[in-house]
Amino acid sequence: MSEERDTRTRPGPEPGAGQSGGGQRPLAPESDAPKIGDWLHIDTDGLITVYTGKVEVGQNIRTSLAQVVAEELCDSIDRVKLVMGDTDLTPFDPGTFGSRTSSIMAPHLRTVAASTRELLRELAARQWQVPREELCAAGGSILHPASGRSAGYGTLTKGQKINEHYNEDAPVTPPDRRTTANALRVGGRALVTGEHQYVTDLTVPGMLAGSLLRPPAFGATLRSVDTMAAEAMPDVLVVREGDFIGVVAPDASTAAGAISAVREEWHRHEEASGEDLYSYLRTHPAEPPVEDTGSLVVGRAAADLTLDTTYTAAYIAHAPPEARAAVAEWSGEKLTLWTGTQRPFGVRGELALAFDIPEEQIRVIVPDTGAAYGGKHTGDAAVEAARLARAVRKPVKVVWTREEEFAQAYVRPAGVIDVASAVRSDGSLIAWEFHNYNAGAAGIRTPYAVPNQRVAIHPTKSPLREGSYRALAATVNHFARETHMDELACALELDPLALRLRNIRESRLWAVLEAAASRFGWGMRPATDGRGVGIACGTEKNSFVATCAEVAVDPASNRVTVGRVVQAFECGTIINPDAVLLQNEGAIIQGLGGALFEEIRSGNGTILSDRLSRYRVPRFADVPKIEVVLLDRRDLPSAGAGETPIVGIAPAVGNAIFDATGVRLRSLPLVSHDSGFAV
Amino acid sequence: MSSVMDLCVNGAAHRVSAEAEKSLLLVLRDDPALTGAKIGCGEGECGTCTVVVDNEVCRACITPVGAVTGKRIRTVEGLEEHGQLHPLQQAFLECGALQCGYCTSGMLRAAWALLQRNPALTELEIIAHMQGNVCRCGCYPRIVRAIQQASRHLEASAALEVPR
Ligand code: FES
Ligand code: FES
Repeated sequence: MSEERDTRTRPGPEPGAGQSGGGQRPLAPESDAPKIGDWLHIDTDGLITVYTGKVEVGQNIRTSLAQVVAEELCDSIDRVKLVMGDTDLTPFDPGTFGSRTSSIMAPHLRTVAASTRELLRELAARQWQVPREELCAAGGSILHPASGRSAGYGTLTKGQKINEHYNEDAPVTPPDRRTTANALRVGGRALVTGEHQYVTDLTVPGMLAGSLLRPPAFGATLRSVDTMAAEAMPDVLVVREGDFIGVVAPDASTAAGAISAVREEWHRHEEASGEDLYSYLRTHPAEPPVEDTGSLVVGRAAADLTLDTTYTAAYIAHAPPEARAAVAEWSGEKLTLWTGTQRPFGVRGELALAFDIPEEQIRVIVPDTGAAYGGKHTGDAAVEAARLARAVRKPVKVVWTREEEFAQAYVRPAGVIDVASAVRSDGSLIAWEFHNYNAGAAGIRTPYAVPNQRVAIHPTKSPLREGSYRALAATVNHFARETHMDELACALELDPLALRLRNIRESRLWAVLEAAASRFGWGMRPATDGRGVGIACGTEKNSFVATCAEVAVDPASNRVTVGRVVQAFECGTIINPDAVLLQNEGAIIQGLGGALFEEIRSGNGTILSDRLSRYRVPRFADVPKIEVVLLDRRDLPSAGAGETPIVGIAPAVGNAIFDATGVRLRSLPLVSHDSGFAV
Repeated sequence: MSSVMDLCVNGAAHRVSAEAEKSLLLVLRDDPALTGAKIGCGEGECGTCTVVVDNEVCRACITPVGAVTGKRIRTVEGLEEHGQLHPLQQAFLECGALQCGYCTSGMLRAAWALLQRNPALTELEIIAHMQGNVCRCGCYPRIVRAIQQASRHLEASAALEVPR
């Protein structure tokens, strides 16, 4: 039923492996089709264990997935335990990104749990020789109200692996009857006591610390190297495999000391940076994928007004609180690897390729991780730790320093966007041309109804290492589009909300826009000077968002204070409203960083913003008063809530700054550092 | 040169052998193996490594261990007592003041030091005091709410008489 499972390439997990009563006699004969037992196990005490290749990086899916299973199995959430992101124990999963947990994994586990419940009824019916219809499930037991008999799930399964196939049509709780609950966070206690072990906290017996020699710039290659001084240090081992040079030592500080004793020369390439970056991006396109609808010529000919503008967005960093890290342990040809990644199976593949060993010999385990925001798709630290561990025949841990995190990790693509639009005087859009250089495709299609369109992506050879980011390019594309809409409203002397509503045919987008505007009190302009309001909306990954912001701009310094943000969000059926609220708040605050001041500065391929003191992130005092309105659409399937809520804030704030000052800012970040924006 | 030092961590004595300039953070994480204080930025900018030394907030990543011998060091591990969460920990859970949780132990200890000094807090005081602690996940409004909730709780129960 879903792209999430690939049972052809990989059999289901062995729920044995010390986790869930392996080696027991199965309830049904083995076959190759996906079994309930691959996903869910019930032990003799009735404790439910769920196996999923998704990982927890702070989005609280450990709770929402447990909620779903508990609901279908009519048990309390604390009886459900999730094993996540362990390639030996969980079925294949492409990764935790693209807002697919709520939309694909949750319904899948719901089906598995419902199948299990039906199977348990069946088992009890057979045992008691009563019709199945007379049985119900409640509180972790199957009950026969007529006779008063009951049997716990664990008694029925006897802790055996459930080899029955799950039934795609098993009756699940209908959306309108699903419980919406603010469950207390599963695993939260270990986080507030400091007990939880992130990868950076892990130790395994005999473990050593590794450190790597890093190129000074993206694409630089090693010319010469002298490792003698490092080799002479006590307890230090130097590992060299081609351009890979690392050291291993008893602790991280010794390893860091040894790596700084290495002398080397690099060959560097010229790379664009600073002011040149945006013209470089525009002039180095690869073949653009273009999407045409109607005819721009026809559209423009009928227009009362045309408007051409350009927007830019800087490279930004994820700066996850926990840096990339990995612990690698080889025993013979078998590799066990602990790392914080959004793609445990992808990292397993990377490792198999790097060491030319079959994937079955590699186990990747992802402990709940200190966030990712799209930044932890690759296994950089994993490959490094495994390489060092193999060379020294001891377990090795590699934890990137904050400088490595900024300078070596991939960044969110910078971009240039040219928008050319044509409108009638009543505000209806008749032509829309959107050229995106380098930023990427996500969220590139306008949600407004425009008969004549050209939308083109121009990928570029980026001077920095780029990669995925929360909501991908949707943030940049929405910034350009929604700022442009504001400019159109201004040129036509129309209200920005009215202009948007005039061009929206999608009722879900209309609904969030109305909800945000009415809670915000749109149309009741703040009276004082230097204050302004802005609005923006958008859609991505089948969820909808509208954001209103109020800002104050100090006329002397141009310093911007965002005072209030109202955001309306709709992602279909809501499982855990508080978790969705929290994702919205977090996305608004993180988005505020990219909107106002986050920017990776580089010079000739070298990252200059290489530590937190050189990379301004949002802090307590930056946070506006935030109100989030959730629209719960019980008639629609759940979509993810981790990404789309980030796309509205930047244009809403930029538009509010224009409202306050008459200055139109078309570049992200809008304000560099704390010095206010330049006019 | 390594030297032997006596540390008092969460009320217990620890004898450690380390260079006096080594950071308190690395010493705590290595030897008593208290990994609650986290490695964040390594330059005093993010607060994930926050511990309390003699009731003052301390960025353990830039504090040489030699500077805190004989002082009372408190880490997140010392907040819970007899299996009972501290009201701050409870409030963080109830208010949903964490996402990935990586900043949480530093937030808790920073907030604890503040409550020690002044249990009756305004929102602005909390914000001013917590400015050095970064939550990249953006839980700031919840964290403020949690600290206020704990502050009300502590005021009501006067639990501050028994500092942990
Ligand atoms: S790690 Fe100490 S302040 Fe960031
Ligand atoms: S909860 Fe992730 S950094 Fe604060």
